[in-house]
Amino acid sequence: MNVNIAAQINSVLAALILLTAFGLLVQRRIYGLLHIFAWQGLFLSISTAIVGYTAGLHHLYISAILTLTLKVFALPYILYVLIHRLKIHKEVEDMVNIPTTMLIGIALVIFSYHLTAPIRELSTLVTRSTLAVALATVMLGLLMMITRKKAVTQIIGFLALENGLFFAATSATYGMPLVVELGVALDILIAAFIFGIFFFQIRTTFDSLDLKEMEKLKEED
Amino acid sequence: MMKAYPLLIEGLQVIIVLLGAPLMVGWVRMLKCWLQGRQSAGPFQPYRDISKLLIKDIVLAENASWIFRFAPYAVFGATLMAGSIIPIISVDLPLTATADIIALVALFAIARFFTALAGMDIGTAFGGMGSSREMMVASLAEPAMLMSVFTVSLVSHSTSLSHMAHTVMEGTLMLRPSLAFALMAFVLIAIAETGRIPVDNPATHLELTMIHEAMVLEYSGRHLALIEWAGMMKLFLFSSLGIALFFPWGIAVADEAMMLPVALIALVAKLALVGLLIVLIETRLAKMRIFRVTEFLGSAFLLATLGMLSYFMLE
Repeated sequence: MNVNIAAQINSVLAALILLTAFGLLVQRRIYGLLHIFAWQGLFLSISTAIVGYTAGLHHLYISAILTLTLKVFALPYILYVLIHRLKIHKEVEDMVNIPTTMLIGIALVIFSYHLTAPIRELSTLVTRSTLAVALATVMLGLLMMITRKKAVTQIIGFLALENGLFFAATSATYGMPLVVELGVALDILIAAFIFGIFFFQIRTTFDSLDLKEMEKLKEED
Repeated sequence: MMKAYPLLIEGLQVIIVLLGAPLMVGWVRMLKCWLQGRQSAGPFQPYRDISKLLIKDIVLAENASWIFRFAPYAVFGATLMAGSIIPIISVDLPLTATADIIALVALFAIARFFTALAGMDIGTAFGGMGSSREMMVASLAEPAMLMSVFTVSLVSHSTSLSHMAHTVMEGTLMLRPSLAFALMAFVLIAIAETGRIPVDNPATHLELTMIHEAMVLEYSGRHLALIEWAGMMKLFLFSSLGIALFFPWGIAVADEAMMLPVALIALVAKLALVGLLIVLIETRLAKMRIFRVTEFLGSAFLLATLGMLSYFMLE
């Protein structure tokens, strides 16, 4: 496979990752969110494998397989079980309405494009143009965490943010050392379990997963 | 001979637009009937409808002004004018030099403006309601439409339709995320602009939620025939505009008279496929609430903007 074609496929995958990041922002149904998150993981994993192939770095294959098992199957499954157990059926609730969120999202993409422009000039890697998309994915994940009320959707936003960081590492420096990536993967898995325990704790304390209830946790003056 | 050839093509194209549009609508209706297990009236039913309406008398409301009588001709004329600048079978059209893609969007806007005015002119409740809804959809669809076609303009460095189709046709096969995004946005906008499900239902005069039909409810006779015909041409034109911008392979280039039959066959095949796609979408989806249309067109705008951004970021 020629380097040019690989770069093009990588660009298409980057565009798809950006699309799924926006999909997470506009999706109203909670199971729909899980599906989009799984798709994002799949695109990320394919992109990592392609970068590994073009750069000849074999440890990226292991990263790709880790991403595939964790982010496409394990994490969505854990979240699915959680949502099922917690009996969440409602539509996702936003603080800001969806068209406004979209416009803020577009502004964030332009911002991250400008922010990464100097790095793109310096870098010589095949993947340099996808760095802006990676930063945008991070910002969109952050935006999702800010604009959502319920704990579960905030967690999905957090995981999307982590996807963006992983993508940034791959496109900026051809991935972190394998030890670091293994550690991060393990962290994410354990975090998912801890989130699950927290969800149940929050719900038994407040009878709701709405994080506004947390504001009541103040000392009386 | 060299002078006459482009004029001949222009004339041929106008005839194709005029006669092909009812056939395409008939094809869509026929496929829909088959998919829903009904007996269809055949693909030629729209011709019979139009010719019947053309010979019928006009019933005018007492307080109809000249705008009401003028609007059908304005709508029909603007739509036909739009039909003569889109490269449908050949990129060698003399009229494309006079109008680019922005003028094309403006031509559709003129047609829509007059339909909305005519809807309000009579003073019935339905007309005003339809006009206000149409303008709401238009205000959201037009920016998205411009963003979507500008993405193609960026790729081809031109806003002339012929030039755009030519560049996309000649371009080496590259995976372009920007064009894919622009195409997705264009499909959403075309659905909204031509009033198909899930935005508007073209097959009913009995819904409180109708948009286009509410505006033209008071028309009869040859006025109605012209408006219906213009509506059919709009569907045909949006389909062929999408084909010209995103799948132009098969359209004849300049000075190639031999290519015309091939171009015609390619056009028929592509339009039949577009019809199939429309029917599949309409059969699978239900009409959405009117306030969800803002989100629908908002995502079209988002996709179009992402297309433009990914042209700068990724290509």
